[in-house]
Amino acid sequence: MGSSTYVPKSKAGKWFEERLPIMGLIHGTLGAGYNAPRNLNYWWNFGSLAGFMLVVQILTGIILVMHYTPHVDFAFRAVEHIMRDVNYGWLLRYTHSNGASMFFVVVYIHILRGMYFGSYKSPREVLWFLGLVIYLLMMATGFMGYVLPWGQMSFWGATVITNLFGAFNFYDGMGDSILHLLWGGFSVDNPTLQRFFSLHYLLPFVIVGVVILHIWALHLPGSNNPLGIDAKGPGDKIPFHPYYTAKDAFGLSFFIVIFALFIFYMPNIMGHPDNYIEANPMVTPSHIVPEWYYLPFYTILKAVPDKLFGVIAMFSSILIFFVLPWLDGSKVRSAKFRPATAFFFWLFIINAIFLGYLGTKLPSAIIINMGGGIDALTLGRIASVLYFAYFIVVVPLVSRMESTKPVPTSIAQSVLDARKEG
Amino acid sequence: MLKIVKNIGLATMIILGSVSLAYASGGSSYELKKHDWPHAGPFGKFDKAALQRGLQVYKEVCSACHSLNMVAFRELTALGYNEAEVKAFAAEYEFLDGTDDEGEEKYRKGKPQDYFPAPFTSEAEARDSNNGALPPDFSLLGKSREHLSMFTPWNSIYSEDYIVGILTTYHEEAPHGFEISDGMHFNETFLGNKIAMAPPLSDELVEYADGTKATTEQMAQDVATFMYWAAEPKMEARKEMGFKVIIFMTILTIMLYFVNKSVWRKVKKGDDLV
Repeated sequence: MGSSTYVPKSKAGKWFEERLPIMGLIHGTLGAGYNAPRNLNYWWNFGSLAGFMLVVQILTGIILVMHYTPHVDFAFRAVEHIMRDVNYGWLLRYTHSNGASMFFVVVYIHILRGMYFGSYKSPREVLWFLGLVIYLLMMATGFMGYVLPWGQMSFWGATVITNLFGAFNFYDGMGDSILHLLWGGFSVDNPTLQRFFSLHYLLPFVIVGVVILHIWALHLPGSNNPLGIDAKGPGDKIPFHPYYTAKDAFGLSFFIVIFALFIFYMPNIMGHPDNYIEANPMVTPSHIVPEWYYLPFYTILKAVPDKLFGVIAMFSSILIFFVLPWLDGSKVRSAKFRPATAFFFWLFIINAIFLGYLGTKLPSAIIINMGGGIDALTLGRIASVLYFAYFIVVVPLVSRMESTKPVPTSIAQSVLDARKEG
Repeated sequence: MLKIVKNIGLATMIILGSVSLAYASGGSSYELKKHDWPHAGPFGKFDKAALQRGLQVYKEVCSACHSLNMVAFRELTALGYNEAEVKAFAAEYEFLDGTDDEGEEKYRKGKPQDYFPAPFTSEAEARDSNNGALPPDFSLLGKSREHLSMFTPWNSIYSEDYIVGILTTYHEEAPHGFEISDGMHFNETFLGNKIAMAPPLSDELVEYADGTKATTEQMAQDVATFMYWAAEPKMEARKEMGFKVIIFMTILTIMLYFVNKSVWRKVKKGDDLV
């Protein structure tokens, strides 16, 4: 975005460009007018993949809405109507439901790539914030979308998650007021379903808006790169088109193969079977579990004995990413030159996956069975402490104390060095 | 060092996967028997003869208590019946058709667009007739009773196996020391081993139209196949399309790989810098 060197070839194009320079904007954003570092690896594909998933979700969602009825008496049946009677309805719905999971997979990799290569560091802090805002909006959208089929997990997931907000009971009746506002009544019921439906349709377009800001904020400093050094000279950069359009097209095509495997051959593996049972407020499922992408945070919530502090811990576990640019005091961005940082980064990932795994377990479930047996709650508490320790202790100390490896003088130089060696 | 950490991570994930499989299958001390379902796998297709037998079992046995609310007669063409047969099948049922000129309830014969009628008009009536228990609707049981494991797919519990398990693992006498109340029955597969449903199948309970011997196991497998079809009627279309999509996208991916490679040839090696 910003100024562009775009010159329309046709007369009509020139005429139009003088009146609305939108082709120049596209040219400068995703075309040959945007110069990106020449050394981006495949981890950089996930930004465009996330953009693709957003479009897929919006398109399939808009068509699904044409056949859906947001009412407690009809919603469950409406989804089955889509699955059975609507032409290619099963395809639309499975694409949308698996698409949500794929969107989160892609975004998690995108975020972790930013963490590993230091993309959150100066001057890209606002870019990082906007990405986190998108992620938070996705969490809200995904949660509300899961409620719409009005299955057992929809209903009970909604009950559990909305009840969390009742923990903000700072004066008598405040928690209840918040809950009544969220529910539109005194429990999760038709008004809840209808407001969730409305917001589930609205938020993706808010996400689109923030994505535009995210790309805008990206194009001021330009993309970070695996070396984490600034791309300065002309030899450091190449035009986005054709280089990264070709690379993104290849990556996207490969990604669609994986996506298709889920849609066509294991469409229900990411969902919970109980959601094929219609919501019943009188029957509580034996074990209420959120969608997989919330599981690590769910474990952190359960790890704290106090409800309010549990909720605060859960929200903090995400909000703490906002201060990462200041927790990290290193002058070097990329973990490629920060061995200790890289080491702890992988430990953090393992711990986060472990938190997610524990999220599927009942707190009393025995996980490690050596004589006595350690239950999921205890392990969840340990893993939660480690999670926060990474941000509060490890990153601030390691980033300031570790001795970094020598950083190449320029991207072009590193390419030439590799050329000499290879 | 990094490699070590990555390997630890990988190993952890594998261990977690196998732990969760142990958890999934270790719910009770009885093992669930697995079957080779012809409709499983990427090229699996429904066994239409089994579907027709399953429909017969549903109609003659299960439908006394279990509804099948989401399936319309017209969908039965997928079982291999032609339209005339479906019409005749539908016509065996009666549906309320408003009132006549004198305000009396009027009935008409079923049509292909009608849905299977439920055996009970309300939950209360269903519970009243079944010792307080509610027989679940059959439409989605084929999907709502499975536990799929992503990391260890071989350890997944499939609904069809589960349904066969429920139907075939009744004990006449509960094991010694197992408390069971009146009206409940001991079942190896059901959660908690106590189920309200009396053993619904017994050998030769139905006389199959195609002459197949109606053993309990045979009927259980047929009705499980039928229930899976009822829950996922578009499975064959889905797998067929998936095959085409994946072939197409794989070829496109290979082509794009070479396109990308040729676009990058000079830049990748730094030829443009010298």
